[in-house]
Amino acid sequence: MTPITQNPPAAAVPAQSFKPSMLWHALPWALAIGIYFIADGYHGLGTNIMIWILFAVSLDLALGYGGIITLGHAAFFGAGAYCAGIFAIHVNNDPLLGLLVATLFAGLLGFITGMLILHTRGETLLMLTLAIAAILYEAANHARWLTGGDDGLSGIRVAPVLGLFRFDLWGKTAYLYTLSVLFVWFVIAFFVVRSPFGRSLDGIRQNAKRMRAIGTPVWWRLVAMYALSAAMAGTAGALMAQTTRIVGLSSLELLTSGVVAVMLVLGGERRLYGAFIGATIYVIVQDLAGAISPFIWMFVIGFLLIIIVLFFEGGLMGIIDDVVNRLKGRGRKDQRS
Amino acid sequence: MSEADPILKVRGLCKNFGALAVTQQVDLDLARGARLGLIGPNGAGKTTLVNLLTGMLSSDAGTIVVDGQNLEQAKPETRVRHGLVRTHQINTLLMESSARDNVAVAVAERENFAWRMLRFGRQWRACQTEAQHYLEEMGIGHVGDRRVSQMPYGEQRLLEIAIGLSLKPRILLLDEPAAGIPSTEAHVIHDALERLPRDIAILLIEHDMDLVFKFAKEIVVLVTGRVLTRDVPANISANAEVRSVYLGRSAV
Repeated sequence: MTPITQNPPAAAVPAQSFKPSMLWHALPWALAIGIYFIADGYHGLGTNIMIWILFAVSLDLALGYGGIITLGHAAFFGAGAYCAGIFAIHVNNDPLLGLLVATLFAGLLGFITGMLILHTRGETLLMLTLAIAAILYEAANHARWLTGGDDGLSGIRVAPVLGLFRFDLWGKTAYLYTLSVLFVWFVIAFFVVRSPFGRSLDGIRQNAKRMRAIGTPVWWRLVAMYALSAAMAGTAGALMAQTTRIVGLSSLELLTSGVVAVMLVLGGERRLYGAFIGATIYVIVQDLAGAISPFIWMFVIGFLLIIIVLFFEGGLMGIIDDVVNRLKGRGRKDQRS
Repeated sequence: MSEADPILKVRGLCKNFGALAVTQQVDLDLARGARLGLIGPNGAGKTTLVNLLTGMLSSDAGTIVVDGQNLEQAKPETRVRHGLVRTHQINTLLMESSARDNVAVAVAERENFAWRMLRFGRQWRACQTEAQHYLEEMGIGHVGDRRVSQMPYGEQRLLEIAIGLSLKPRILLLDEPAAGIPSTEAHVIHDALERLPRDIAILLIEHDMDLVFKFAKEIVVLVTGRVLTRDVPANISANAEVRSVYLGRSAV
């Protein structure tokens, strides 16, 4: 590496060293592994939650960190799902290969559509994302020979993971498979948002004019983030196809884009873990309250969303942060006195 | 390229907004390390000229040559990479980020780190360390950790300049660095400008006449999109034509 300054640097910014608070990062994963052992009969629900988490994290990259206003993210989720399903039926039923193909396909779709629409911003961009999702929906609806149209794509068979682990009836393999994929993507997202690339996108979200003035190729950078986010959403869709073995048109619906946005806002944008909390609460409320009456869960979610949006800016994660900060603040004061 | 050649050479620059000619046949030379002031009444097209030079607006005619290379068609980011950098009349900062990170993203961009998605820790810290250096150069090293939205306005003005400086410009276009600063505190900006490296060619656009006349070695007067005259400050304030169109009111 070349030295980047000839002038003697001022007080160096120290490297981040290990802090005990970093152990909190292990919590969601420890929970997920713990649940695997104790929650017999709920592995399907757990898998479903993790798929939505992955989808919501992908939206967080585009919407939260990139500031790309989108209501069409289901386009990539559905594209990944159909791609994985069709690939398994017609080409090869190896799950990891299918996952890779679906991820690349959705990423490519994100790259191409991103190049077309990311010149625009605000409402125009919102309409264009909606339009692209609508076009894909109609395409899947009409291509019955390939997608099964509104009957859905069924008959997906998936080979054992790595040739070793069969997808069992109780969904235990699916649970660990999904957890592993989620972990890999999460680590990537975690590093990307802290990288110079991620920080430049944060800058674009805050003030694109400023970034142009320092020489940032704003459009290319947005396209790159959009493609990455689309690839991740495609993985989520592919997991859905592989673990449920059916792909419906609903995976491309506007409602699906809306649901994932609600999960993200509920949990809190721009903090990655917000997607974890938002998706978990959403799916669990849907499951519990839905068992009583289908109207109740929508009411509960709607009510929660209104409260969160009106009173808590950073979503549920924001509330957690506030509590932690208050506890810390008090701790510090105690030390001083 | 000899050292004597101007680093920036503008010829016949034109821009029309509909029927309104905001920039008309502007020729402008900037020598290496120049300290040129640009003044003119409101609506003379000063900011338009900066936007044309940096590529934020596309010109209708003319050439913009930086160090022998015509950048008239180049994108804004390409011009920045050729060392043509600007600051903004209205603070254009990342308000939610810290002062240091505002500069660090610019350093990362300059060093081509900004595409890196993984394995970044050391480079980003190097960017931050260098950013701190530029903040200190502008006298705001102590606020590095502070969110820009919580910084006083004057410090934000200095941060604008620090960001421009961190891009290692060869030509720095300062668009009213003292805008919004009470004239009693304009000396803070003046001191900061005096500390800028001597080898950077600077074009200072400013309404604060004291500041321009103290800082600039030469002054260009722009009126209705045209260069009226270019001279040393003493002759500019003595020029009858300039006084009538511009200085007359305040009788400098």
